[in-house]
Amino acid sequence: MRGLGGVAHSASAPVGVDLEVLSLAMRQRSRQVYVRALLRDKLSLASAVFLIILFLSAIFANIIAPHDPEAGSLMLRNKPPMTEASDGGFPYVLGTDALGHDQLSRLLYGARVSLMVGFASVLISGTIGVLLGLISGYYRGITDDIIMRFVDLQMGFPSLLVALLVLYVLGAGVWRVVLVLAVTRWMVYARVTRSLVLSYREYVFVEAARATGCSDKRILFLHILPNLLSPILVLGTLEVGTMILTEASLSFLGLGIRPPQSSWGLMLAQGRGYITSAWWLVTFPGLVIMLTALTLNLLSTWVRAVTDPVTRWRFLAPKRVASKIAESSVPAPAVGA
Amino acid sequence: MIRRVFHSLFILVGLVVAVFFVTHLLGDPARLMLRPEATEEQVQKLRDSLGLNDPLLVQFGRFMGDFARGDIGDSLWQRVPAMDIVIDRVPATLYLAGVTLALAIPLAILLGVISAIKPRSLADRCVTVFALAGVSTADFWLGLMLILFFAVQLGWLPTSGYGGINYVVLPALALAVRPLGRVSQIVRSAMLDEMNKPYVTTARAKGLHERVVIVTHTLKNAAIPILTMMGDEAASLLNGAVVIETLFGWPGIGILLIQAIEKRDLPLIEATVIVIAILIVTVNLLIDLTYSLIDPRVRYR
Repeated sequence: MRGLGGVAHSASAPVGVDLEVLSLAMRQRSRQVYVRALLRDKLSLASAVFLIILFLSAIFANIIAPHDPEAGSLMLRNKPPMTEASDGGFPYVLGTDALGHDQLSRLLYGARVSLMVGFASVLISGTIGVLLGLISGYYRGITDDIIMRFVDLQMGFPSLLVALLVLYVLGAGVWRVVLVLAVTRWMVYARVTRSLVLSYREYVFVEAARATGCSDKRILFLHILPNLLSPILVLGTLEVGTMILTEASLSFLGLGIRPPQSSWGLMLAQGRGYITSAWWLVTFPGLVIMLTALTLNLLSTWVRAVTDPVTRWRFLAPKRVASKIAESSVPAPAVGA
Repeated sequence: MIRRVFHSLFILVGLVVAVFFVTHLLGDPARLMLRPEATEEQVQKLRDSLGLNDPLLVQFGRFMGDFARGDIGDSLWQRVPAMDIVIDRVPATLYLAGVTLALAIPLAILLGVISAIKPRSLADRCVTVFALAGVSTADFWLGLMLILFFAVQLGWLPTSGYGGINYVVLPALALAVRPLGRVSQIVRSAMLDEMNKPYVTTARAKGLHERVVIVTHTLKNAAIPILTMMGDEAASLLNGAVVIETLFGWPGIGILLIQAIEKRDLPLIEATVIVIAILIVTVNLLIDLTYSLIDPRVRYR
């Protein structure tokens, strides 16, 4: 596509070539800007590195896990961290659980479920929420009223309780948890999307699109939606953390992930009974949950600051200049609802 | 105000309708009440006795009629009216929530103000990371850590149970960290919004002490957006209460809901959900009333 366009342009209009090269250069530049901004902020960089490592180790859990998470012997029951393996294998760095499973390996495999639940549920609830928000904000009227009534209804009620109730009716299981989490959080996206659409639909570029005969669908998805992507991305990143925490709570209460499948929350529930004798079983899974949610939070704050041209300079200007420029109108970092 | 009451009633009735449809459409109440190994005959018998073979609309009408009379039915587990059991548990939850808020709110306001005074300073960054850590922590895990440290290792406090200050400290601490993190960030952004307004410049220009500017001018005005967010906080506090009460064996409505689910006691589950909805609606109405106390502009409207 690009090659073809380039040929056509060079033959007829030199201006076209310039524009294309320019836009390519700008796109490359903006990518570099993000990388540069990330390198400048140590906390965000550390968060990104942590999350990348976590992802890779979840994906390659079957390769890097030192032990089989399902294989254990009662000889190895509740061994403290750093216990040497009897067969000379990899030591049990984080100890073993009540069935003699290696905790590090279980955490790695549990990461698959916890991360999958977090991202899948955000993807589903985000899609539903953004679509309804777009419709609600663009068409207004009775549709808007009905959708927003539902949003109010769900906002006012504790989402964990809704999830508990629905899981009680449907029964536990990974995909049920994903669906239930998605259904309990769609309204967060609907609300944000709607309020953004309400302001964007008054802009001249939307009016121009309408004047040139664009269909509503085209205006919504090609003109308005691209402008919403970065705030939605910020919200989505934040929500992944919330979802992982909620999944942990549900599994802890016995209505989320069930054995033989495992997640971090379930590991805490299983370790709870041994709190007096095996502290490592209740400590590490929760620590991993916290670090994951915290790094996601930090990263979403960073994405928000960098995608906003008003605050982006802070990551790019030389340190001395940045600290000298007036500090007024600092947007607050987002905190998960 | 009357509009608000109607709005609250709408939310309440909406939730009750939602509960009905979740239990009657997504699942079969008879099966939900019986153990999974129950035979088909037992299910049929229960369906007949509960009138579950009637048309859905008839059942719905009966359900709403019962709700309007405040009669949810007897608990299957304890054989007494479900509503009574739930209402007995309310004080324990309110006690825990009260102590939690008493711990979280003053500290959250303090931290939020500190970080708003000098945005992007070291203090602000520390508070922000602390707040983010607070909202990123699984509250039940924090509870486990507190039990591990203060009850198991040091032996200072009981691991679980209901009672005076000794018993309430750990669950309240575990429950307080999330609201602490969230409210401090809300306070921070509300304060920053206010600090840029002209009246603050005026107050400073006339030579008021910075402390007076912040406490009596800015914070007072920032209270309105802060209060608005408190309604959502009430809902999320109850989220946490379910888990924390279960962890600490605290006899409130949260643990009751989990027990009711374990016993497959549908009337009790419905009663718990309705009482929680009433609590939340009441909190939101109280917040609306508080507006008129702190903001004279609302009173005249």
